Amino acid sequence: MKDNSKFRLDIWGTVTLCTIAVYLLFLIYPMAHLMQQSVYDAQTGQFTMANFVKFFSKSYYFDTLLNSFKVSLAATVLSIAIGTPLAYLFSVFKIRGKSVLNILIVVASMSAPFIGAYSWILLLGRSGVVTVFFRKIGIVLPDIYGFGGIVLVMSLQLFPLVFLYARGALKNIDNSLIEAANNLSCSGVKCFFKVVVPLIMPTLLAAGLLVFMRSFADFGTPMLIGEGYRTFPVVLYTEFINEVGGNDGFAAAIAIIAIVITTVVFLIQKYISNRNAFALNALHPIEEQEPRAGKKLLVYLFSYLVVAVAILPQVYVTYTSFKKTSGKIFVRGYSLSSYESAFSKMGKSIQNTIVIPFLSLNAIVLLAVLIAYLVVRRRNALTSTVDILSMIPYIVPGTVLGIALLTGFNQKPLMLSGTMLIMVVALIIRRLPYTIRSSVAILQQIPVSIEEAAVSLGASKMKVFFRVTVPMMAAGIVSGAILSWVTMISELSTAIILYTGKTKTLTVAVYTEVVRGNYGVAAALSSILTLLTVISLLVFNKVNGRRDFSL
Amino acid sequence: MSKILIQNAVKKYGNNTVIPDLNIEIKDGELFTLLGPSGCGKTTLLRMIAGFNSIEGGDIYFNDTRINDIDPSRRNIGMVFQNYAIFPHMTVRDNVAFGLKNRKMEKEKIQELTDKYLQLMQISQYATRMPNQLSGGQQQRIALARALVISPDVLLMDEPLSNLDAKLRLEMRSVIRHTQKNVGITTVYVTHDQEEAMAISDTIAVMKDGVIQHVGAPKDIYQRPKNVFVATFIGRTNILPAKIEQGTLIFSSGYRVKLDYLDQLENQEVQCSVRPEEFVISKQGDEGIHGIVKEYTYLGLNTHYAVETESGLTVEIVEESSLEDELKPGQNVLLQMKKHKINVFDKEGSRNLVRSEAYERQ
Repeated sequence: MKDNSKFRLDIWGTVTLCTIAVYLLFLIYPMAHLMQQSVYDAQTGQFTMANFVKFFSKSYYFDTLLNSFKVSLAATVLSIAIGTPLAYLFSVFKIRGKSVLNILIVVASMSAPFIGAYSWILLLGRSGVVTVFFRKIGIVLPDIYGFGGIVLVMSLQLFPLVFLYARGALKNIDNSLIEAANNLSCSGVKCFFKVVVPLIMPTLLAAGLLVFMRSFADFGTPMLIGEGYRTFPVVLYTEFINEVGGNDGFAAAIAIIAIVITTVVFLIQKYISNRNAFALNALHPIEEQEPRAGKKLLVYLFSYLVVAVAILPQVYVTYTSFKKTSGKIFVRGYSLSSYESAFSKMGKSIQNTIVIPFLSLNAIVLLAVLIAYLVVRRRNALTSTVDILSMIPYIVPGTVLGIALLTGFNQKPLMLSGTMLIMVVALIIRRLPYTIRSSVAILQQIPVSIEEAAVSLGASKMKVFFRVTVPMMAAGIVSGAILSWVTMISELSTAIILYTGKTKTLTVAVYTEVVRGNYGVAAALSSILTLLTVISLLVFNKVNGRRDFSL
Repeated sequence: MSKILIQNAVKKYGNNTVIPDLNIEIKDGELFTLLGPSGCGKTTLLRMIAGFNSIEGGDIYFNDTRINDIDPSRRNIGMVFQNYAIFPHMTVRDNVAFGLKNRKMEKEKIQELTDKYLQLMQISQYATRMPNQLSGGQQQRIALARALVISPDVLLMDEPLSNLDAKLRLEMRSVIRHTQKNVGITTVYVTHDQEEAMAISDTIAVMKDGVIQHVGAPKDIYQRPKNVFVATFIGRTNILPAKIEQGTLIFSSGYRVKLDYLDQLENQEVQCSVRPEEFVISKQGDEGIHGIVKEYTYLGLNTHYAVETESGLTVEIVEESSLEDELKPGQNVLLQMKKHKINVFDKEGSRNLVRSEAYERQ
């Protein structure tokens, strides 16, 4: 075999350099610019730490940091506490309607988080349906606004991630491990905590990190349901929006602090999961069994209840979209008027929601496959750099990336703000790490010898790549692409910073309509979004056959 | 310590009967091997004993206790799995101590017993390591220590050596054999490797399609197999058609072999099993099956020949290598037999005529 670990300026060398150039322009430059802004005094042109001092000296700002931390930690713990047992029940028991529940769980996880927040306000808010119902019979429900509400919405939104991760990990546990435990007098709940949970711990840590990052970066949920409870992204957003055109140094400083925190969390997670890493490989995966009569009721109750609560917000929003409205208020009776005004006012945003993610998706797939190939097959110092660069967006909250791109490309010659291109670039940068990871995993399973065989038969490097390697990766790439697509159409936190009237997407439209109080239109738009999601997932199922969702 | 009694055991998957009606008695302290081709139901039977497979009919007893309805975790069984099933998240010591901890034993006692078995399996020096840092053979030792430390009534082993390379397999084979004898535990061992079964077992049960074909000591199974399947499955053999006339076997070319124990039998067509080492090749003479050497392979200790007989059958023959030149392909030869070693089966191949009632009574 040829030594591929040394850099050569062949076709793959060129691709490496181009990829690095793209990252330098669209990631490193804006981030560096942001960093510079945070320590730059616009009036004097001097270096200053004033912005950071301001942040840490005023409890108004500093508390948001603690708030964000508390909320994210609570949501992470709760998501794991719900998602793990559910995944376990799904793996060991035959449950009727399991495949439908599976899809519903994925749908619940794929909706924009703030839609959940908005819907829970409709249900449990001050004049929410459930609240009013209980008030009539004399029971006062606890307040949904603030900490509790944010954690509730985030956990229900994010436990599916843990569920999907844990399901995947459970598939890798060999049945004999469970049998060995049973054989040594350890079964049932005890077996779950002493054997199953420790075995999937690395996966749970990875899922936990993802949940933490998402909830830490989530902008929509605390904005809608937080009220007085201010979190990081909310402050970041409001400071930035307030100060556009003026001194955005302070917003930049907050963004830098956010990145520092996510980086620390990321490194801690890496450290812990490296310490208890071990490979699992199932010859015979765990077999599903019929639950015994006594347990059956509990198993069904838990599974169905959790899924029902998780999917409730979307069902309720869809229901309200068909209600008759008078002005901004829902009235008795049903009509399609919300949809009419949604289409007349927001037609462009529906188109944007398709066009922008579609353009991004093409670029993501191409880049991810190329980068995966470089990282797996041409390992050298430069490709390792590409690997590390591509992981940076993983720890950069969406709002921060949005601000970095906007401030970085706000003046000539790089005048991109307000264009559709910048929205496309933002999505590419944000989604790429996930697609690269999955492509790398696929590629690692294809033996090098197949490519070597093609080379020995006279195929050129590019021909080998496009005619042999890519087709073998195709199935995995397509299913990964569909999932990327679904997450991109529900993206809010970057789009909310970058959008203009012309590039408004559905999520942004829903958000702005909710803020304006146009609940009917918002409900109609979010129902359209849900419909798009469901259709995409059905296509995914069709393409993917019987394989499972992985993120 | 227990003996195991299996009566009229039935295993079904839906409408598919895997084991129709199976009876076995396993003596206290013996190493009992279930041997058969893949899919013969040997692992299924082992898992029925362990409690991981349901039992659709019949009874399984440990001594006088019927265990059919006892939960796997209460059967007091030690089990060694094909892939060892070592818990990757626990140290070697924790793996071995796992069963004891579940039995709510005192800490000192756990420590003492764990040490004892770590020592017995010669893995004390790895006690604090994680299993993924250890080789297959060492993992196998952990699995064995973990299964034995709980002083089970019965030890079950499911193809424990199939994941090891050839050299380690030989080493672990003797480790298992010695440990089992030392501890004196009744052991049920599943394998598809007949050489392994011969080397390790007190008693072998040869299985095919869920039915026990032959239960016996390794020597008995090799020398006097109960039917043609057992004869061909254990070791290598040649099956030659022949007929009995007045107590004499007549092969093609008119080769006649007189055997005393055939005297009582009526004239019939039979199948004979002649193992490669039970042939004697001679270049000339007038008695024997005529054949032509097709191929020879020199293997040092032995030389293997493939000889085509007059009737078109190719037989395999093994002879100790001699200093003279080997027989070359094309050479005409005469084949005779070491007649007391050969086995004669009825035409269907289902009964060994050598195993007369008188033989069985011995």
